[in-house]
Amino acid sequence: MTTTLALTGSPLWYASRAGGTLALVLLTATVVLGIASGGRVVPRRIGRFEIGLLHRNLSLLTLVFLGMHVVTAVLDPFVRLSWAVSVVPFGASYRPLWLGLGTAALDLLLAVLVTSALRHRLGVRSWKAVHWLAYAAWPLALFHSAGTGTDTRLPLQLWLYAACLATVIAAVWWRLAKAGPGHVAGRLTAAVAATAVPVVLTAFLAAGPLQPGWSQRAALTPVVLIGGGR
Amino acid sequence: MNPANRAKTLRIDRIACTGQGLCGELLPELIDLDEWGYPIVKDRSVPDHLRAHARRAAAACPLLALHLDADRT
Repeated sequence: MTTTLALTGSPLWYASRAGGTLALVLLTATVVLGIASGGRVVPRRIGRFEIGLLHRNLSLLTLVFLGMHVVTAVLDPFVRLSWAVSVVPFGASYRPLWLGLGTAALDLLLAVLVTSALRHRLGVRSWKAVHWLAYAAWPLALFHSAGTGTDTRLPLQLWLYAACLATVIAAVWWRLAKAGPGHVAGRLTAAVAATAVPVVLTAFLAAGPLQPGWSQRAALTPVVLIGGGR
Repeated sequence: MNPANRAKTLRIDRIACTGQGLCGELLPELIDLDEWGYPIVKDRSVPDHLRAHARRAAAACPLLALHLDADRT
């Protein structure tokens, strides 16, 4: 009984929150650089290879902080997560759905990491096909942060989420604006997603995490949403 | 001889290349860029002292269109 209060503020929990937040910021930067460098625009003051290297190095740094986020969350005694939770989504005892989104994002990023390391063997088509999953991982990470982040109610944290969202959306629109003709289906999908994600996130935040009693509802939602999950 | 130590030659997959121009930025000793950013290889054979740079240029290509082949001889 005496341990509960002490463990709520355990250093591992702080490390996990800091690691997760930093991973989100770094992932955002990586995604933005990826979006920006994919087009045909030539940067003026910096070499294209520098953007490519920055993209790669920030992605590896993201995984370092993501590793810290996951390891400290599992080791933290307060939420009692098993190691399986770090790779198998939606099986956690603590907020299964919202934690599972983060696990799914991690799995996607690991697939991107492995295929990038092996890209010269896989060939450009398979590598690129898997690389697109990063675009799915980023919103998953964002909703994971909003849905189960301890700090989601802090104004500063909300501003940080907003800044991450705004940067990626701006990068998508910039890329679409600079793009030449062709790839209509892909560009429409990008435009629709860039419009939908902020709307859905705002509605979700207003209806969920920012309302009183979210911690009880977050623990229950998977039963309703996934239909009989544990 | 170990293939890693053999002389290397540059090969550009012209169908894959979209003229991003990273190879010319990283290996200007051997690769010029034309006005659209497509590479013009000045010298296909890579001297030993440029081997690491050539490897870096091949790794940087976002289309994986630059290859570093080991010579058969």
